[in-house]
Amino acid sequence: MMKIMKSSQIHSETPIEASSAVPRRSRLQEFWRLLKGNSLAFVGLIIFVLFFCAALAGLILTSGTKPVFDPAMVRLQEKLLPPLSSPNLETLRPEEIPKLGVYLFGTDDLGRDVFARMLQGAWVSLTVGFVAVGIAVLIGIFMGGISGYFGQGHIRVDQILAAFVLLLGGGLLAVGAIFSGSALLLIGSAYIFFSRWLKKGLGKQPPPKWMKVFFAGVISIDTLIMRLVDIMLCFPSFFLILTVVALLPASMYNIMIVIGLTSWMGATRFVRAEFLSLREQDFVTAARALGVSNWRIIFRHMIPNAIAPVLVSATIGIATAILTEAGLSFLGFGVPPPHATWGNILSDGKRFIFDAPWLTFVPGFAILLVVLSFNLFGEGLRDILNPKLKERY
Amino acid sequence: MTNNTILKVEGLKKYFPVRRGFFQKLIGWIKAVDGVDFEIYKGKTLGLVGESGCGKSTTGMLILKLLEPDEGTIIYQDQDIIGLSQDEMKPLRKEMQIIFQDPFGSLNPRMTVGQSIEEGLRALGVKGHVDRKTRVSNLLEMVGIGPSTADFYPHEFSGGQRQRIGIARALSVKPSLIICDEPVSALDVSIQSQIINLLKELQAQLGLSYLFISHDLTVVGYISDTVAVMYLGHIMEYAPADELYDNPLHPYTLALLSAIPTPDPDDRHELKALAGDVPSPFNPPPGCRFQGRCPLVEARCREEEIELYKVNEEHTVRCWKVIR
Repeated sequence: MMKIMKSSQIHSETPIEASSAVPRRSRLQEFWRLLKGNSLAFVGLIIFVLFFCAALAGLILTSGTKPVFDPAMVRLQEKLLPPLSSPNLETLRPEEIPKLGVYLFGTDDLGRDVFARMLQGAWVSLTVGFVAVGIAVLIGIFMGGISGYFGQGHIRVDQILAAFVLLLGGGLLAVGAIFSGSALLLIGSAYIFFSRWLKKGLGKQPPPKWMKVFFAGVISIDTLIMRLVDIMLCFPSFFLILTVVALLPASMYNIMIVIGLTSWMGATRFVRAEFLSLREQDFVTAARALGVSNWRIIFRHMIPNAIAPVLVSATIGIATAILTEAGLSFLGFGVPPPHATWGNILSDGKRFIFDAPWLTFVPGFAILLVVLSFNLFGEGLRDILNPKLKERY
Repeated sequence: MTNNTILKVEGLKKYFPVRRGFFQKLIGWIKAVDGVDFEIYKGKTLGLVGESGCGKSTTGMLILKLLEPDEGTIIYQDQDIIGLSQDEMKPLRKEMQIIFQDPFGSLNPRMTVGQSIEEGLRALGVKGHVDRKTRVSNLLEMVGIGPSTADFYPHEFSGGQRQRIGIARALSVKPSLIICDEPVSALDVSIQSQIINLLKELQAQLGLSYLFISHDLTVVGYISDTVAVMYLGHIMEYAPADELYDNPLHPYTLALLSAIPTPDPDDRHELKALAGDVPSPFNPPPGCRFQGRCPLVEARCREEEIELYKVNEEHTVRCWKVIR
């Protein structure tokens, strides 16, 4: 690397003018070139695209009042048929005959078409993966960004008290004590609103001694957020999810949100670490010297430099979220029946693992394939996002 | 304060707290900048010389208010900027700019060169995509790089070219004062002179003032009108460049000057190399800051704190030898 730099420096001071005449690749072409160079990532992307198409098709073909593939259609006389077996046309009513003419992945113990159920479950897996990871990454960037960029600021005693008053008020309001709850909320927000003027009103003169305790900084924002992350990481998150899911009404959206809310810690740590090192870099100092606003520095200068490891961990996080959902469904805490997910197909199938192994292998293999493809693509994305690997000619 | 002074710094101090232990107890201060005074005139260059760790770069950061000074005054064109908040500083950000030492870390690796320079134009309030693009081309041309390179990423340039881009970015907001924080120390010697000449040309063309921070007395002597020699947060000698090079008075300046390599292999003058390293600014020696390494040290240097002494109208020194 150094050698290349040195040799280019010697003849470098002539402007690189000639290069502009050569047609340049666009960003998308560049992305495509790098992706093709990385065959594993390419395979990952192809599997992901197929999975995405399947999930979309599943959403369209298995929902509605008269779906093309009905995942809930029970045909007890056709139960536990192996894959690729054809239905017995004599015993079925015309609307019960599968549209493909065969049971592609066989049938389960109630004679439901496993192919239709897999299609329906694909959409669940996809949305759970993306929504949960989306929530986790957003929280992670927000918390990590605050911790890394503004982390040196201290939270004062009065701010903690105000937050406490607000929390207490909110709690009382939720319990039902409307009058005292809203009074506390009002006091808390009024204090936060007026504390700016309180500080300005005091001006340069030091506040009296009893107030000094009040304004003392207790804990830095960075410490607060990072200890929160540590506490969250202490919980075995799967059991935390189980507890929360047991308390909440079972629905797909609750599960997505709960998985998202329990998996933001990794992203927070990544973003914080990146921000801490980026904040000291000269180009950030230069941006500050130019008078660029804090928000623009964070979003335009720092996040693009910090996002690569987060995106990579997010693609792997999607895989984990799909697995978590499958695990929850397997334990019976997941998306409620009759909606099929890969996890509950797997869990229903385990009772017939010797009689009907396809009930375990089909969803198991699908989960394996999708998780693997996300991991491979995530690895490849790390290289693709590196601007130093770009070639123009 | 005369009319052609652009920046006047008086008694500038920056102490960094040192904290140890579980309760983060304050155990002392690092006196990075400990009472620095100087003046920069319009269209002129002040060179700030010293070893690493003597507080040169910190001084630059303090002037730009990228660090909050603890004490002193910084008067920029009749306005004391020391008490200004970051918001109040905003209009002044366009007046003062900085060029960095490291040409690799000073440009955002994920922004094209054009985008980096446009950040300044945005801050200046240049509206309109086309307008900004032409300005970027003009700026790149001004620093001697083809304007068509605006769409390239920083890693596609060499060190010298990146330094030019850094200069173009600093110029994008039309500043009057530029703080050059060791702008050539990371470059090859052949490229150093190109960048220095570019800085000189731009000064003549745009009437810029420079605070030129460096550890290289040759470079500083070439570009500066006035030179301040800094050691452990103190200014040791302050004089016009010619006077300082012809008639250096402080033993530290003498040692620095004797360390300049000469191109003549037969010129084997005695090297007045200094023994030891710069002491830690955490625990500076009592008396004169330089006493631990000074060849001419005497009892008084170890006891009494010494002030800057005016030798003549323009030349000041912090040494007992001169006063006697």
